[in-house]
Amino acid sequence: MRVTFAAMHLPRLCAAVLTLAASLPAAAQNLADHTYTTTDIEAGARVYIADCALCHGANGDGVDGVDLRRGRFRTVRSDDDVRRVVTQGVAGSRMPSFDLSAAELNGIVAYIRAGFDPSGVAVRVGDPARGQAIFEGQGRCVGCHRVNGVGGRRLAPDLGEIGIARTAAALQRTILDPNAALLPINRPIRAVTRGGETVRGRRLNEDTYTVQLIDSEGQLRSLAKADLREYEVTTTATMRPTSLSADQVADVIGYLLTLRGIS
Amino acid sequence: MTTIRARFVLVAALAATATAPPTPLKAQVPPERILNAAAEPGNWLTYNGTYSSQRYSALDEITPGNVDDLELKWMLPNQVFGAWQTNPIVVDGIMYITQRPNDVLALDPATGRVFWVYRHTNAENARVCCGANNRGVAIHGDRVFMGTLDAHLIALDRITGRALWKTTVGDVNLAYSITMAPLVIDDKVIVGVGGGEFGIRGFVAAYDVETGAEVWKFYTIPGPGEPGHDTWEGDDWEHGGAPAWITGSYDPQLNLTYWGIGNPGPDWNAAQRPGDNLYSDAVVALNADTGELVWHFQFTPNDAYDYDSVQVPVLVDMPWNGQPRRLMLWANRNGYFYVLDRTNGQFLSGTPFVRVNWSSGLDANGRPIPTPQPEGQPTYPGNQGGTNWYPPSYSPRTGLFYFSAWEDYATIYRPEESEYRPGQAFLGGGFDVLTPVPGAPTVGIGRTSPINNWTDAVGHGAVIAMDPRTGQPRWKFEQYDVSDSGMLTTASDLLFTGGREGYFHALDARTGEELWKAALGGQIVMAPVTYEVNGRQYITVVSGNSMVTFGLRD
Repeated sequence: MRVTFAAMHLPRLCAAVLTLAASLPAAAQNLADHTYTTTDIEAGARVYIADCALCHGANGDGVDGVDLRRGRFRTVRSDDDVRRVVTQGVAGSRMPSFDLSAAELNGIVAYIRAGFDPSGVAVRVGDPARGQAIFEGQGRCVGCHRVNGVGGRRLAPDLGEIGIARTAAALQRTILDPNAALLPINRPIRAVTRGGETVRGRRLNEDTYTVQLIDSEGQLRSLAKADLREYEVTTTATMRPTSLSADQVADVIGYLLTLRGIS
Repeated sequence: MTTIRARFVLVAALAATATAPPTPLKAQVPPERILNAAAEPGNWLTYNGTYSSQRYSALDEITPGNVDDLELKWMLPNQVFGAWQTNPIVVDGIMYITQRPNDVLALDPATGRVFWVYRHTNAENARVCCGANNRGVAIHGDRVFMGTLDAHLIALDRITGRALWKTTVGDVNLAYSITMAPLVIDDKVIVGVGGGEFGIRGFVAAYDVETGAEVWKFYTIPGPGEPGHDTWEGDDWEHGGAPAWITGSYDPQLNLTYWGIGNPGPDWNAAQRPGDNLYSDAVVALNADTGELVWHFQFTPNDAYDYDSVQVPVLVDMPWNGQPRRLMLWANRNGYFYVLDRTNGQFLSGTPFVRVNWSSGLDANGRPIPTPQPEGQPTYPGNQGGTNWYPPSYSPRTGLFYFSAWEDYATIYRPEESEYRPGQAFLGGGFDVLTPVPGAPTVGIGRTSPINNWTDAVGHGAVIAMDPRTGQPRWKFEQYDVSDSGMLTTASDLLFTGGREGYFHALDARTGEELWKAALGGQIVMAPVTYEVNGRQYITVVSGNSMVTFGLRD
C-alpha cells in the first residue's frame, strides 16, 4: 500500500513534465549572433600570450584590481570598453596602446569573455547605458522585474544583484530561452483553494505540507496543501523568449552585469 | 515581594525533596544491563538502543489514540551552530549527550536542566570532510566514552564529568577522526575512524574500559600477506580509505560484532585503485574478543560513487523460507536492500528500493552487475545515496524495516587522477547533482537554509516501510525535501521520524498514516529516542540546533 496525499503528489507529476520541457530544442534565435566563435577565442589566446601576458600574467590577475579571467576590471564594462582600452591605452597608468586589427581585438575580447578557456563560451557584452534604456523601454523588462525595488510589479525576481548571482552566459540563456533557464524554485504556480479561489504566483518556498509565494497581486501568501483543491507547478516561464536583436541582447547583458546590489 | 518569592521557592524545594523518589541505588551499568537493554525500555543504553540495533522500544504509554496529547516538555539549544547529530543515552534518570565539536553534557531528561559539561579542545589540524559532528557517547559501569574529531577516545566519570583517561586512536596529522558513538561490549569500548576523504587506512579498534589500553585493532584494508590484500594494487592499500564512522551491532550468542565500512579512496576515481578494494563498502563480522575477521560481505566492489556502507547493521531473528534464521537487514547507500544470514554472511536477497542505474542487478552471490554510465550522464542513486548513515528501525510487531530514502536523485561524476598527500583531501575528482537547469541550486550535506530553492526537481525523501520477506515496500511516506532522519518504533506501533523540513512526525507503523506532527523548524538529522522518567514516557529528537523533548500532557 502506498500512502497518498493528493496535494502532495501533484509536484511529482510536474517534475516529470519538466524533464520533457528541459529537453526541448533551445530558442529560435541563432546563438552564434550572441557569442564569439572558438576561432576568435583561439586567436585571442595567441595575441594575449604575445602582447598581454607580460604584465597581466598567465592567469590574467597580474595587475592590481584587475582579474581578466574572472571579469574584474577597473573601468571596463562593455566589450567596446575592452577594445578602447587596448587600442588607446589608459592615460596615467602603465597600460600602453596596442595597434591591433579588428580580428585581433575581437579575439582579445573573446578570450577574456571565455574566461581564458579555449573551449569556453564567450558571450558578447554590450554597452550598459544602452542596455538600461532597452531594459526600461523596448525590452519591456520592468513590466515584471524590479531593480532594487524600482520598477514594475513584483511578479518576477528583483534583479538588483543579478550581476553577482549570474554569469553573462546564464543571463544570455535566460533572455534567449527562459523556459530552459527558469530555476525550479521560480516556477509559476496555480492553486485552487477549497473555497474556490484561484491563486497564481511565483513560488518562494515549498515543503511537504505548505507552499509560499508572491501572488499575482504582489502579496506574500502561504498556502496549506491540505486546503487546496488543485495545485499545479508549471515549467513554462511567464517570460517569453526575447525579440530583441543580438546587439540589443548584448547591451542588456552589459547592463545586468552592472547590477551588484545597493552600495 | 522578593522575600515572599524566596520563601515560596524554599517551600517548593522542601516539598520536592519530600516527595521525590529516592535516588536509584543502581549507580552503574554493568555489561549485563547492556546485554539485556531491551528488557529495560525505560532507559536508552546504547547508540541504537540495543545490541541488535532495531531502535524498537517496548514502551507503549504513547499510543495512536493519545499521540495528539503530546506536548513540548523542554528544549535545549546547542551552543555551537551546525547540524546536531547527537544520539542521547539515558540511564536511571540521567541523559548523556554530546554537542559540537566534542562536549559531553549530563542532564535531567525530564526537564532538560544540565548537571555538568565536559569540554574537549581538539587539535587545530583536526579535519573532517562533512561537519564537526559527534553522534553521542557510550556507557559502561560509571564511565561514559566519547570519540573526538582529533581521533582520541576519552573516558569520563559519569557522575562528575571528570576525565579518567584519554587514549590516541588515530593520527590527527593523517586526518583520522572519530564522529561515531562508541560501542561497549563486555569490558571493551569499540570505535571506528573517519577520514575516507583523506586517504586514511581505516580500522575498528577495541580499548579496555578501565585503562584505555588497546585490546585489538582490525584494519579495514588487509595488509601484505593477509587475505584480501590482493584486491588492491601496489601501495593503494596504504591510503585506500575504508573508514568506519557509524556504530556497529553485536550478536552475543555468536559473539560477533558487525561494522559497516565506508568508501574506498580516492572517492570517485575507481580506475586509480583497480580491484575490489576490500573491505571498503562491506560489512565485516568480527570476533568481539579478538577483533578477528569471521566473515565479510561486500556490497559495492571497486566503488566509484562514494557508496559508504556505514549503515547500521540491523539484527533480526525471523523465519526465512519457513526456517528460523538469524538475519541482518541492510538498506544500502548503493540503492539495494539486502537480507544476509548473519551467522556466515550468506546473501539471501537484494532488491533496489530506489532507481538504480550503476548496476543492472545482483548475481546469485549478491555481487552487483556493473553498468557504469557514460561520461556526463547521471548515475542513480546520486552521491549521498539511496539512503545513508541515518539509523533505521525494525519493529518485531509489524515485521517491517523502516528507513529514509532519497528518491529521483542523481549525480554526474567527474573522475580525475588524485595524488595522495598525507592528511590532505584525496577525492579523485568531483560531482554535480543532476538539475533540470544549469547552475540551479542543489541538495548538499545537510540543510543550510529555511528556503528550499533546490526543490523536488533534484530529489525528494520518503520513509520506506520495507517488507524484508519480499524486498518490496509495504508503504511509503513521501516528503517534499530529502530526509536524513533516523527512525524509532514503539510497542504501540508508532513510528517517529522527521526530515530536513523540520517536521517531526508520528506515523502509524502498520499503514504509514500520519497521526501527528510538530513543526520544529530545524532539520532533523538523527533518530529520536524514547525513555521513561518517573513512569512517564518521553521522546527526544534533535531539530536544527535544539534538542526537543515531548511527553503526554500531565
